[in-house]
Amino acid sequence: MNEDQQQKNKRLAGKLSLSAVAMVVFAIVALPALYNLICNITGLDGRTGRIEKEQALATRPDKTRVIKIEFDANVNGDLPWEFKALTRRIEVHPGEVATVSYYAKNLSNRTIVGQAVPYVTPIKVAKYFNKTECFCFSQQKFGPGEDKEMPLRFIVDPDLPKDVNTITLSYTFFDTKQSGVEEDSAKAENATPQ
Amino acid sequence: MSTAHAEHEHHGAPSGLLRWVFTTNHKDIGTLYLWFAFAMLLVGGSFAMVIRLELLQPGMQWVDPNFFNSMTTMHGLIMVFGAIMPAFVGLANWLVPMMIGAPDMALPRMNNWSFWILPFAGTMLLSTMFMEGGGPNFGWTFYAPLSTTYAPASTDFFIFAVHMLGFSSIMGSINIIATIMNMRAPGMTLMKMPLFVWTWLITAFLLIAVMPVLAGAVTMMLTDRNFGTSFFDAAGGGDPVLFQHVFWFFGHPEVYIMILPAFGIVSQIIPTFARKRLFGYSSMVYATASIAFLSFIVWAHHMFTVGMPVAGELFFLYATVLIAVPTGVKVFNWVATMWQGSMTFELPMKWALAFVILFTIGGFSGLMLGIAPVDFQYHDTYFVVAHFHYVLVTGALFSIIAAVYYWLPKWTGHMYSESLGNWHFWTSIVFVNITFFPQHFLGLAGMPRRIPDYNAAFADFNFMSSIGAFGFGLAQLLFLALVIKCIKGGEKATDQVWEGAEGLEWEIPSPAPYHTFAEAPEVK
Repeated sequence: MNEDQQQKNKRLAGKLSLSAVAMVVFAIVALPALYNLICNITGLDGRTGRIEKEQALATRPDKTRVIKIEFDANVNGDLPWEFKALTRRIEVHPGEVATVSYYAKNLSNRTIVGQAVPYVTPIKVAKYFNKTECFCFSQQKFGPGEDKEMPLRFIVDPDLPKDVNTITLSYTFFDTKQSGVEEDSAKAENATPQ
Repeated sequence: MSTAHAEHEHHGAPSGLLRWVFTTNHKDIGTLYLWFAFAMLLVGGSFAMVIRLELLQPGMQWVDPNFFNSMTTMHGLIMVFGAIMPAFVGLANWLVPMMIGAPDMALPRMNNWSFWILPFAGTMLLSTMFMEGGGPNFGWTFYAPLSTTYAPASTDFFIFAVHMLGFSSIMGSINIIATIMNMRAPGMTLMKMPLFVWTWLITAFLLIAVMPVLAGAVTMMLTDRNFGTSFFDAAGGGDPVLFQHVFWFFGHPEVYIMILPAFGIVSQIIPTFARKRLFGYSSMVYATASIAFLSFIVWAHHMFTVGMPVAGELFFLYATVLIAVPTGVKVFNWVATMWQGSMTFELPMKWALAFVILFTIGGFSGLMLGIAPVDFQYHDTYFVVAHFHYVLVTGALFSIIAAVYYWLPKWTGHMYSESLGNWHFWTSIVFVNITFFPQHFLGLAGMPRRIPDYNAAFADFNFMSSIGAFGFGLAQLLFLALVIKCIKGGEKATDQVWEGAEGLEWEIPSPAPYHTFAEAPEVK
């Protein structure tokens, strides 16, 4: 192998190594961001939207349609909490602001910080289902035996596809494993799914 | 380096054990890769024996469920990353320089390094089995949160082993691409390259594109496990489904990484024994490239059941079924090559024909799985296990065995023992089908994969499958005996070895001298 050849080989190897490094960056930085973006647009992971109260109140309700909303509650893994929807189902007009409540109780004798994660079905509804207030917007800290009623205020967009008559909203409470640790509120706000 | 190279040009291989540690010779490194792959085949195979032993009868008999889980996990990991991939890289090392008229690989020192990482990565991976809490037990696909929140402590070692395996593969691929792009003999244009070289070139690009994604996936696992990130943790704003997307974005191209070189091997062997030129050479090249492209846009067919909009299911269904077109082109071309050829059935040809038939069966069950609505029934059942063993055992592994039979006389200078080879072939063919064919029925009847116990209704087919597996496993020891015997001696092989063989590697002496093509040959 002559010098020229070696130089050529090394240059090509360098370029190929760079593309491998670029793919690592793509996997760690771009893929999760892209997934997040696609989920926001399509509601792929069942996530719901969040809008300001003023915007919700300014929406004109569509009194000609009635949508049935069902509420579901789950606890993940071995989180020792009782968690349920106080309202199992309601009927709303699209564009009308509605409020329901969930109830949670810490059954253990230690402080636990939980995070509720929403999932809405059918998936195509996700971008038409917006909340102005939700206990899932931030982490919830429960002392030993503490219980709470937690409000949820939402609005269904009047542009909701015509074939949808029923929407199911499900929440699952996860243990954030930060029990006993003082909540870093800024971090919690940022990391919160909506 | 060029002068030093010229000085020992006419010497043979240095002797002693250190030859293998310091070697930069592509033939030595190819041999190392192949022996490593064979050793891993036996290790991964013995794990399969444990799995089939437990499944011989319903009920829990031999191992505890956690150990069973780590057996299915390690069997998959070792076979994919330890056996099949290194075997193909070994073949590329041996054959690519000889096929394109190059004196060696483009970056010989890096070649040494990319092999020698492997035994360490393999050892680290296997050592997890002896750690507290046991080895990885979450399946070879290591879905989060099984591999993050609920995984044994040894998982961090598994993660580093995967990093090292990735390094090795990427370095190997860079070397192969540089060799093929820069080192071809004068006159060896891209469209004159043997198909094995073509398929490896495309495979190497796939490897460079997706091995880093795997590295990224395990890195995110590592930070989720140890550094408080939440890529895959819903409680912290992440999503476990993201893991499946990232994994299969790597995983689907990965299955083509394990089959494209097999297509290349079979495309070398069939023309030789049909004594005809390969039918549709350029369509083979384009088909390979199309399969490689499509492999990037079908990943979600592995996860139809996670919950996806119908439009998504339809897209991945159509894209998946589309792969049948270039694959069909290939199978058609192999059959057309044999059509009206003067066929003889030496052992490489037997294995290649077995590949064509059995791989096609595996391809068809793949089509069934690709159809989203029915996949909801087949998902995570033994039907999937049957499918991917038809494409990976009777596909990838059979092609590797075919390649060894085909080029062994060139490597050793001796013909193999025909009778031993026939025993190996026929026992393998019979037992491999006894092993995997009943698994289709088990899957259709609803038996889930990765479960150590099952309903008594599944007992008969499981018994058959286990007997087949023991037979197939033992048959591979015949292969070991055959290879050792062939290295030690046997009928002298001619330079061309096979009457119909064409290509640069058949123009050099048998056994292939330690250094070949120091002077580039002229290709017309």
